[in-house]
Amino acid sequence: MKTSRRQFLVRFAQTASLFAAAINFPRIVWASWNTKAFTAENLNGAIAESYGDLPIIDSDALKLKAPSIAENGAVVPISVKTDLPVTNISVFVEKNPSPLACRFNIQPRMTANVSARIRMGETSNLIVLAEADGKLYRTSQEIKVTIGGCGG
Amino acid sequence: MKVKAKVKKGAVVVKLLAKHPMETGRRKGKDGKLIPGHYITELEGVHNGERVFQAELGPAVSKDPYLAFSFTGGNTGDTLTMSWLDNTGETKSTDVAIR
Repeated sequence: MKTSRRQFLVRFAQTASLFAAAINFPRIVWASWNTKAFTAENLNGAIAESYGDLPIIDSDALKLKAPSIAENGAVVPISVKTDLPVTNISVFVEKNPSPLACRFNIQPRMTANVSARIRMGETSNLIVLAEADGKLYRTSQEIKVTIGGCGG
Repeated sequence: MKVKAKVKKGAVVVKLLAKHPMETGRRKGKDGKLIPGHYITELEGVHNGERVFQAELGPAVSKDPYLAFSFTGGNTGDTLTMSWLDNTGETKSTDVAIR
């Protein structure tokens, strides 16, 4: 069978795209980073972009461990732990230029117990929100910062 | 990326240190110009083909991010793969054997 130029081009394109797909096929599918939530410039905006208007409940079941005074705002160690069936945990620093610091999406085999080191520009409230059963659980703590972590 | 994964009380406890400048994009260099933002946006852990950790990070995470988490169902000798993606599209993966 003779292949016309058109057929050849179409087949070539199909094969090429197949190859491209095979090569680019990611071993890991990166989730979409929530740009709007991470660039929101105030706490309410960051929460709204992350969670919409889910009801927020203050809860002791969400355990936050953080220093009350952080000598160096560039490295503030925090850890969050809960027995609630949460699907994600977000950490906000109220007075940072972009309040959302990080968000952990809890995977089926992952335990809701995470630690990180974050930056704080100045003394501020640290707010942790965790989503479970369509509700948001909140805990917060004020952290005094002696040296800011966002300046130059 | 330095990763330590250890079985402890039936769960795998993972501690990791990713080497990354985590430039916020708000800092000024010596020439007075803003240093462009350069930070890890996503970090993932995969064990036995299944995702066991996923975090979205912002520029407010400290330089050379340290993170700790734990997951169930891992055994000594298994491989855990940790990977990050930054805002410039660069990625890095590290395989570590669970101890």
